[in-house]
Amino acid sequence: MKSLAIINQTSPYNSAQGQESLDLALAAATFGQQVSIIFADDGVFQLLANQQPEAIGAKNYSKTFAALEFYDIENIYVCKHSLVERHLTADDLCIDVLCIEPQEINHILVNHDLCLRF
Amino acid sequence: MSSFAIVVTAPNADSQSASSACHFIQAAVALGHTIKGVFFYGAGVHNANAFQTLLSDEFNILSHWRTLSDQHDIPLLVCVTAANRRGLQSELDAPNNGITDQFNLRPPFQSVGLGELVSLSQDVDRVLQF
Repeated sequence: MKSLAIINQTSPYNSAQGQESLDLALAAATFGQQVSIIFADDGVFQLLANQQPEAIGAKNYSKTFAALEFYDIENIYVCKHSLVERHLTADDLCIDVLCIEPQEINHILVNHDLCLRF
Repeated sequence: MSSFAIVVTAPNADSQSASSACHFIQAAVALGHTIKGVFFYGAGVHNANAFQTLLSDEFNILSHWRTLSDQHDIPLLVCVTAANRRGLQSELDAPNNGITDQFNLRPPFQSVGLGELVSLSQDVDRVLQF
C-alpha cells in the first residue's frame, strides 16, 4: 500500500480543513495505509493543549489526536520554525511530536508516495 | 503514458483551482494519459452542487465536470461526510438525513466514503491535488 503524508498548514477552527484532514488520516490508516502527519505554519495551532473551542460553538477535535497512536500513526512531525515564529514550544502541544527543521520536511515528503495538503 | 487520480479540495466559485483541475484533466487526456477518477473532498464538494446556476458568459464548472466524466468515463467521487456537512445530498442520502423533497448531488457525481480515495490512490502513478 502507498504511504501518505498529510500536511496541515491552517489554523484549527477557521475552516473544516483540520477536522477533515484528521478524518482522512484515520480513514487511510484504517484501510492499512501508512500515514505521516506534518504540522507547519498556522497548522501548529491545531495541536495546542487545553483548547476550548466550545466557547465559539466549535467541536474540540484536538482530543482525537491522542488516538492517532492506536491507528498506528506514529510519525507526527511539527515544524520547529513555525513553533518559534508563534512563540510556542513542544511543551505547549497536546501530544508528543517530532520537532523538525523546515528543510527536513522535504526529506519526509520524498519518502512518501502521496502527499495531500490542508 | 501515466495514470492520475485527482483530488479536488478547492471550491467551485471562490478560487481558480477547481477550473485548473478541469483544464489539467483535459490536457492530460488529450496527451493520452489516463485519469482514473476525481475525488472531491473538503470545500471541493461544492463543485458537485447541481443547484449551481451561472451567467451564460461565465465558466460553467458543473457542465465541464459532467462533460469530462461523460466523454472520458471518469468517475466523479464525492465524500459523503464532507458533502452532507455542506448541504449537498444525493437522492439516497437526503431521505436518510430527513430531507424528503429535494437533492442536489446527482449523477455523474457519486456519493462515496473516504475509503474510495484510498483505493483510487493505490492504482495510479500520481495523485494531484487542486
